[in-house]
Amino acid sequence: MRRRAFLLAALAAPLTARAVEPAEMLSDPKLEARARAIGRELRCLVCQNESIDDSGAGLAHDLRVLLRERIAAGDSDAQATQYIVNRYGQFVLLKPPVEPATWALWFGPPALLALAALGTVLFLRRRRPEAMGAPAPLDEAERQRIAQLLGEGDA
Amino acid sequence: MRRALFLLPVALFLVLAAYFGLALTSGRDPHELPSAMIDKPAPAFTLAGLDGTPGLARASLGGQVAIVNFFASWCIPCRIEHPLLMRLSETLSVPVYGIAYKDRPEDAQQFLAQLGDPYGRVGLDESGRVGIDFGVYGVPETYVIDKAGRIRLRHVGPLTAEAVSNELAPLVKMLGRS
Repeated sequence: MRRRAFLLAALAAPLTARAVEPAEMLSDPKLEARARAIGRELRCLVCQNESIDDSGAGLAHDLRVLLRERIAAGDSDAQATQYIVNRYGQFVLLKPPVEPATWALWFGPPALLALAALGTVLFLRRRRPEAMGAPAPLDEAERQRIAQLLGEGDA
Repeated sequence: MRRALFLLPVALFLVLAAYFGLALTSGRDPHELPSAMIDKPAPAFTLAGLDGTPGLARASLGGQVAIVNFFASWCIPCRIEHPLLMRLSETLSVPVYGIAYKDRPEDAQQFLAQLGDPYGRVGLDESGRVGIDFGVYGVPETYVIDKAGRIRLRHVGPLTAEAVSNELAPLVKMLGRS
């Protein structure tokens, strides 16, 4: 049983592996957890598509240490994040904030999808047979012609 | 009207294609980030100097246009831009200061002894903290600071002759006049 638990833990280990080194961690697990949560949302400026928590770059290490210093000094999450944004700009935020300048980014794709859905619905509705209306009833000349054609078959 | 509606996706595609095409052919490196520090006051710092020389501090920039160059002995592009910095320090009328970013003093010393010292003063930023305060994300980076102590230009990567003649030198001249 213990062996199985150990195996499971060993298998799960890579899922939680991060670049955060033991020497960087704060001794208070609560503060460390906050630092992790913030670090996951901050872009490493060197690798640019990794968070500073994932990146092995030297600058990412420095920023992780800096972030922990700010948190240990009593900064709120927002203050600690802002401290780094002030230096590196909003590009460090892996998730861009929702503000007028980023509306197109956030709402553009859903708006396009909604537009496409609307277009599809309108298109399909127009193609439905009942939308085309019932065929006009036969007039007198047509009826006579049919009777004539049917009559020819009998003869 | 209906035809126009069918042409809408084509129009959207063309707009996007033009946008991407322009971005691809502009020659701009997307890894070069705009600085968040432009037009903001240069951060406060006090750095020790190399053997026996006075260090570099925010106060030592004061009141004049200055160029601050982040370098390191371990940084290859820094060696590439070095001759240009040597020339700048002779031809430009403003001081060029160096900040050795995450470098050991003896290594920085040797680097300058070997290649020549273009810097009026050198500060040692062994922890890289001053670099972070400036928003440095890789050496070399070069900053132009105006008389009021505000950062006016950041150049990422090694300086090139074009960058100097098109951006840096005209800006320094303009700031020197005002």
